[in-house]
Amino acid sequence: MKRFARLFTSLDQTTRTTAKVDALAAYFSEAPAADRLWTIALLSGRRPRRAVTTTRLREWAAERAGLPLWLFEECYPVVGDLAETIALVLPPAASASKATLAERMAEIRALATVDEPERKARILNAWDSLDGTERFLFNKLITGGFRVGVSQKLMTRALAQATGQDEAELAHRLMGDWRPETTSYHALIEAPDPAADLSRPYPFYLAYQLEDGPEGLGAPEDWLAEHKWDGIRGQLIVRGAEHFVWSRGEELMTDRFPELAAARDFLPPGTVLDGEILAWAGDRPLAFNALQKRLGRKSVPRKLLEEAPVVLKAYDLLEEGGADTRALPFAERRARLEALLADLPAGLPLRLSPLIAFDTWDSLAETRAASRGLGAEGVMLKRRASPYLAGRKKGDWWKWKVDPLSVDAVMVYAQAGHGRRANLYTDFTFAVWDGAALVPFTKAYSGLTDAEFRQITAWVRKNTLQRFGPVRQVTPQHVFEIAFEGIQESSRHKSGLALRFPRMARWRHDKPAAEANTLDDLRLLLQRYG
Amino acid sequence: MTDRARAAQVATRTGPVGADIMANRAVRGAADIARGAGPARHYSWLMARDPLLSVTEKGIYCPEGDFFIDPWAPVPRALITHGHADHARPGHAAYLATRAAAPVMRHRLGEIALDTVGYGEARTIGGVTVSFHPAGHVPGSAQIRVERGGEVWVVSGDYKTVPDGLSEPFEPVKCHAFVSECTFGLPVFKWADQAEVMGEVNRWWAGNRAAGRFTLLGAYALGKAQRLLSGLDPGIGPILTHGAVEATNAVMRAQGIALPETVQVTPEIDLKAHAGALVLAPPSALAGPWARRFRPASTGFASGWMALRGVRRRRAADRGFVLSDHADWAGLNAAIAATGAEKVLVTHGYTSVFRRWLESRGYDATIVETEFEGESLEAGEGAA
Ligand SMILES: [Zn+2]
Ligand SMILES: [Zn+2]
Repeated sequence: MKRFARLFTSLDQTTRTTAKVDALAAYFSEAPAADRLWTIALLSGRRPRRAVTTTRLREWAAERAGLPLWLFEECYPVVGDLAETIALVLPPAASASKATLAERMAEIRALATVDEPERKARILNAWDSLDGTERFLFNKLITGGFRVGVSQKLMTRALAQATGQDEAELAHRLMGDWRPETTSYHALIEAPDPAADLSRPYPFYLAYQLEDGPEGLGAPEDWLAEHKWDGIRGQLIVRGAEHFVWSRGEELMTDRFPELAAARDFLPPGTVLDGEILAWAGDRPLAFNALQKRLGRKSVPRKLLEEAPVVLKAYDLLEEGGADTRALPFAERRARLEALLADLPAGLPLRLSPLIAFDTWDSLAETRAASRGLGAEGVMLKRRASPYLAGRKKGDWWKWKVDPLSVDAVMVYAQAGHGRRANLYTDFTFAVWDGAALVPFTKAYSGLTDAEFRQITAWVRKNTLQRFGPVRQVTPQHVFEIAFEGIQESSRHKSGLALRFPRMARWRHDKPAAEANTLDDLRLLLQRYG
Repeated sequence: MTDRARAAQVATRTGPVGADIMANRAVRGAADIARGAGPARHYSWLMARDPLLSVTEKGIYCPEGDFFIDPWAPVPRALITHGHADHARPGHAAYLATRAAAPVMRHRLGEIALDTVGYGEARTIGGVTVSFHPAGHVPGSAQIRVERGGEVWVVSGDYKTVPDGLSEPFEPVKCHAFVSECTFGLPVFKWADQAEVMGEVNRWWAGNRAAGRFTLLGAYALGKAQRLLSGLDPGIGPILTHGAVEATNAVMRAQGIALPETVQVTPEIDLKAHAGALVLAPPSALAGPWARRFRPASTGFASGWMALRGVRRRRAADRGFVLSDHADWAGLNAAIAATGAEKVLVTHGYTSVFRRWLESRGYDATIVETEFEGESLEAGEGAA
């Protein structure tokens, strides 16, 4: 595991992309195959499940370090990370372990199968044979929290560099439902691509956010536009007699959306569609929380199927008749997609996401402005001539979202952050007026500069009305503009509504608390856009 | 801050401590209470008789010697543990410090009435005897021992217990009451060997030089910078310095401290002739326009805070080296044990946690609110 710890350290201590790729490529060239496989698995989010509760870990770590538990607990907010706190307080390792990453991973998986006293003995044993970074990584792995600042794209590039294989081909191999426990490095990376792997999806092509309007993109006739739906990006695969549904997070979601099984009867084998999965009723999508209820369930009860039926709004064709079509121009793929879906019976959950007709950027801007009324969050622009690339690439695909909604709200509660931010107030609760009362309706913790956080922290300390544990109620004085992407009804909140992606857009030094928005203002937004 | 505002602030801050003491006095006996009025503005620490040291709005005060230790407001007579800005402030009528601390203090504070003593040399001031003992923090730094009729108090100033090859090594001093800093008073802080850390720094520098990069290293101009200098391997390449670092270098060289050769960065400097150099500067300079001339470069910081991954990452530096001039957890505990003191008064750092820890170990432990600042990551020239 030493080699893996060295790799982690070099990835962790640089922000330079090339340095990260070089470190990874060097590792992939020299590490044993089983370690390479586990590294690929870990860096693509295939983490083992948590093997032990954090409560037990804290107790065992404090005990091993000879510290009272309260002192251990005081360290945690300063460090801001449990795995690191444990690694730091434990005494130095008594011996050095020679176990490889793969061997260590086997031990970690076995932890779940033994009883607690045995689990404790094994964890204490591991702590005693691992040094700083190894110990930290071990803790991350047994708590299920392993993460490193390397995208799958960078890892794939490094793997291509180390193996001499094509990067896109590797990206394709790494997708799908494989587990490091059930495959080998050879089977995953080197063996001839098994055509049998019917479920394997294509890497998604992701759009960039268009910041300054479309005028810079050139002639409107080079572009096609669609609505930008606020659902779940999905890939529908029909191969052989089976179908598969993949999310963008590379999660196989076939069973969550039984409606889409209809695809097997209406699409020819060897078809792969890219589109948006939405909860849909009549001619428009349902609120996002309807879809969210579906996402929360592995199997769907009949009642929910009726309340929140889903459709796939398809907008791209990645495979036709078993042939990869991604290199074709988008206009051509789109034409084939339209032909493929043209004769489907109405009422099927497979639908074409319509193109938006426009001659000028101005007319497209009008459609965009009307997006919320259609249940969309803006428009997508795709260059007619563009191939379907892998990952987020600039130039051919753009999302042009509507401006966020916003309200001016009064800060009423403040709570300190974590780690080095433990001494700053960074988490706030905001309220709007309901008559003479202030009703809390959302929390927000991002959007201010460090200097502003310091300023508000000093103010919070002097203007605390009451304390509730770590939360301070403050004088209702400061007004912030809260921006958000959507609003929906919620019975869990006192205000009766919930926001999507709320953040502090601006500190309104210019506005007194009395001039903040009201609950009625929010209800109006809910009626219009909820 | 106005004096009045400061006084008010100190009064509120020390309030609970004062209340505590009153409660303790009630237990100790009526005679103490009758005698305990003292100067109204003093919130005294508890001893069986009048305390040897107390804290006032101006600093740590010895009534019987009528002097202050590291005061933060102008006073007639100040004993100074070391030259860092939060301990040696301007405006006192008379200063007393070690001979080794004097050059840096004169450099920082200009024309001051400064009297000096050697380490271990006893002086009688009023009714007490004082002496200075090595604190191992930076060259010239001292703990200050105050004795009255066999009762001994020691004020640690800032200290570290492991030798750094530059500062006079820390010497434990037996005492009854020990005023200790606890900047890194949590068990997550454990320093590696200096040789090991300097090995990492030198390897990083050599790697950067081989890759055609400058090496930018951020550290305090006073103390930390010279400690790094003395551990750098000048065989790797040239060492450039920021003006603030070079000024302190000059002071220390003049007092006979050996440092490797350095070149101060000036607007006229020919950077091509110094390719692959290591550039030593205060952290604040590395964040600003001054550092932009060194390209391409790899950036690192040396500080005790670099022990925390979150801090390293938020600094957005390429490397963080764990090197502090303050004692780590083990160092603090060992130093306190070595004094034999029963009473420990903790200042700057994780005071409330550390106080509770000491109490659980059987010490009579109190927090003392001071204006010392510990090891800040943000300040360039400030506290350390
Ligand atoms: Zn200090
Ligand atoms: Zn200092």
